[in-house]
Amino acid sequence: MPRTPEAATVTPLHSDMPSRPGTGAAPAIVLEDVRKTYGRGASAVQALRGISFEIRDNEFFTLLGPSGCGKTTLLRALAGFEHATGGTIRLFGQNIMDVSAHRRPVNTVFQHYALFPHMTVAENVAYGLRRLRRPADEIAAAVAETLRLVKMETFADRRPTQLSGGQQQRVALARALAPHPKVLLLDEPLSALDLKLRQAMRQELKQIQAKTGITFIFVTHDQDEALSMSDRIAVMSDGLVQQVGTPTEIYERPANRFVAGFVGDANFIKAAIMSRANTEVTCKTIGGLELRADGKKARAGQRDVTLFLRPEKVRLGAPGQGSVDGVVATLQYLGNACLMEVDIGEATPLLVSERIADVDQPRRAAGDRVGVKLDPRSLQVLEE
Amino acid sequence: MANLPENATLRRSLALGPAVLIVGAFMLVPVAIMGVYSFLEAKSFGGVTWSFSGDAYVQLFYERLLDDSLRLSSGYLIIIARSFFLALVATVSCLIVGFPVAWFIARRPLGQRNMWILLITIPFWTNQLVRTFAWIIILGRNGVIEAPFRWAGLLGEGETLGLMYSDFAIAVGLTYTFIPLMVLPIYASLEKLDFSLVEAGADLYSSRWETFSRIVIPLSKPGIVAGCLLVFIPSLGAFIQPDLLGGGKKLMLGTLVQFQFSTARNWPFGSAIAMILLAFVIAFLMLYARAARGAKAMEMRR
Ligand SMILES: Nc1ncnc2c1ncn2[C@@H]1O[C@H](COP(=O)(O)OP(=O)(O)OP(=O)(O)O)[C@@H](O)[C@H]1O
Ligand SMILES: [Mg+2]
Repeated sequence: MPRTPEAATVTPLHSDMPSRPGTGAAPAIVLEDVRKTYGRGASAVQALRGISFEIRDNEFFTLLGPSGCGKTTLLRALAGFEHATGGTIRLFGQNIMDVSAHRRPVNTVFQHYALFPHMTVAENVAYGLRRLRRPADEIAAAVAETLRLVKMETFADRRPTQLSGGQQQRVALARALAPHPKVLLLDEPLSALDLKLRQAMRQELKQIQAKTGITFIFVTHDQDEALSMSDRIAVMSDGLVQQVGTPTEIYERPANRFVAGFVGDANFIKAAIMSRANTEVTCKTIGGLELRADGKKARAGQRDVTLFLRPEKVRLGAPGQGSVDGVVATLQYLGNACLMEVDIGEATPLLVSERIADVDQPRRAAGDRVGVKLDPRSLQVLEE
Repeated sequence: MANLPENATLRRSLALGPAVLIVGAFMLVPVAIMGVYSFLEAKSFGGVTWSFSGDAYVQLFYERLLDDSLRLSSGYLIIIARSFFLALVATVSCLIVGFPVAWFIARRPLGQRNMWILLITIPFWTNQLVRTFAWIIILGRNGVIEAPFRWAGLLGEGETLGLMYSDFAIAVGLTYTFIPLMVLPIYASLEKLDFSLVEAGADLYSSRWETFSRIVIPLSKPGIVAGCLLVFIPSLGAFIQPDLLGGGKKLMLGTLVQFQFSTARNWPFGSAIAMILLAFVIAFLMLYARAARGAKAMEMRR
C-alpha cells in the first residue's frame, strides 16, 4: 500500500537557507468557494459560506475571528476531519477534497494537545513517522532532533500526564512537526497557557516556523497574537473571510468596519463626502465638522459613509491648535499610555490614546480643554 | 490530636461494619457451609451426614468400580472442558458484537446515549427463562430460521438444520444473555475516551485499523477486560442456557451443580463442583488483578 507519497519525500528539518515567505512557486493551499453546512433542514448551520483565498508556501498564516466564525471548521476541513460540503481545497496544486485525513501530508497541533496518554513523550513524537514506515534509525534521529527543537529533549521518557500544560504544548508541537508535514495546522494552541508563557511561546513558534520552513496555519481569536506572529492574516466573521493581508494592512487599512473594530480599538465617525481631490476627500460629519480624510474609492456626494481612525493616531495639543477643540470626558491611566474619551461635539466621543513618553508631557485630567489634531492620512473612509 | 488516628480507625471500622456484616452473612458464611458440605457424605434423599469424606472430589475425576477400586474417568472433565470452551466462545462473541455497539453508543450525541443504554438493558427486565425459551422458537424445529428453508423446499419432512440442542445453541443463548455485561463497561471506558485522540491518530497517518489497534484498544482496555470477566464468569456457571438450549444432553458445570442438588440429591458432590467453579473464578480474578497491577507498575516505572 503506498503511503502518502507527498510526505515520503524527506526534507531536512533545518534547511540552511530558509526561503523568504511568499517566494515559493505554487501556493501551499488554495481555497475556492469552500462551504460547510452542519446538519440538515431547519437545524442546519452554515459554518463556512464560501471561503476563497490562497496561503503561500513557507508562510505563517493566521485565521483570526471571533468565536463561532468558522475558524476551527476551516482548519478541520484542511486536516480532513470534516468534509467540506462545497468548493475545492488544493494542496500544492493537488485537489485534496477526496483525500482522507490520514493520507494528507498535513499535521495538526490540537487545542487541548490530544497527546496519547498511554505513550511516552518520545513514542508520541515518533508515532507519525512509525505509521509512515520510516526506518528506525531515521525515526530515532528525527525524534531527538524535534524534541531538541522544542527544548523537551530531557523529557523523552515521561508520560504526557507527568508534564505541565506548557510542556504538553511543546510535545504536541513536536509530534506534529516530526513527520515534517507540508503544512502545520494549529488550533488556538496557546489559549490554555497563562499570559507570560503565551507571550514567550509566540516568539518561539515564529522562530520554529522560520527554522523548519513549514507553512503554519494558526487559528486564534486574539488579535495581538495574530498581529505579532503572522506573515499574513485572514480575518473571518460569520463563515466569511472579511480581509486577507499583512498585519500592517489589516491594522492600518482595514477593509471594512468589522475588521477595523475587531483588530484593535477604533473610532467610527459618520459623515458625508463633499468633494474629492486625488485620494483625499473632504467630508462633513453629522456634528458639522469639516474633515479631510483618505478615501481612494469614495465618491463626492456620497452620504452616510463611515470614517475610521485609530485612537493612537490622534494628537492632542493646546486648545485651538488642532482641527477641532474638545473636552476630555473620561480618562484611564494605563501606565505607558493614557486612554481618553474626548467630546468633540459628535454623536459619540472620540477615543484617544496618548503615549506617555516625556517627563514634561502635560498630564491630562477630565474636564481639560484640548485641541484635537486629525491627520488626513490616518482618517480613512471605510468601504462598505 | 494524638489519638485522632485511633479515633479515625475506630470510626472507619464502625462505618464499614454494616458492609462487613452483609458480606459476611450473605457471602462468606454460605461459601463456608458449601465448603464444609463438600467434605461430608451424602444422605440418600438429600442433605448430608456428618462424617468426613473426600469422595465428592474423588468422584469428579474417578469412577468407583464394583470392587471399590478407582478408575480415571473423563466424564466430568469433559463437562468442565465444555464449560470453559462455551464460556470462552460466549465471551469472544460478546466482545465482537458488544464493542461496536458500545462504540456506536459512545459516539451518539450526549443526550441520546442514555436512551441507547436503556434499550440495551431492557431485556434484563424480563425473566431470563422466558427470554431463553424465545430462542427455542427461533432456533428450533420449524422455528423462525428453519421455516423459510422448509418453505423454499430446501428442508424436507423430518429434516432439520439441527441448530437446537447443540453447543452452538448454548453459545448463542449465553451471548444473548450476557451481552449487556460486555457493552456497559466498554461503553463506560469509550465514553471517557477523548475523540480528538482518534483524530490525532488519523492526522498522524494511521489507517482506521491502526487507529483502532494502537489508540482505541489500549485506552479502552480496562473496559474490555472488565466486560470479558463479567461475561466469562457467569457463563462458566450458567445452567439455564445449557438446560433449555442444550437439551440437557450438553451439560455444563452450572447444570451439573443444579442437577446434584435437585434430581440426584447429592449435596456434597454439588458443593464440590461449586467449590471447583469458585476456585477457577478466584484464579481468574487473581490473574486479572496481577495483570492490572503489572500494567500499573509499568506505568509508574516509565
Ligand atoms: N459539529 C457541529 N455540528 C453543528 N454545528 C457546528 C459543529 N461544529 C461547529 N458548529 C457550528 O459552526 C459554527 C462555526 O464553528 P467553529 O467551531 O468553526 O467556530 P470557531 O471560529 O472555531 O469558534 P471558537 O473561536 O469559539 O473556537 C458555529 O456556529 C458552531 O456552532
Ligand atoms: Mg475553534
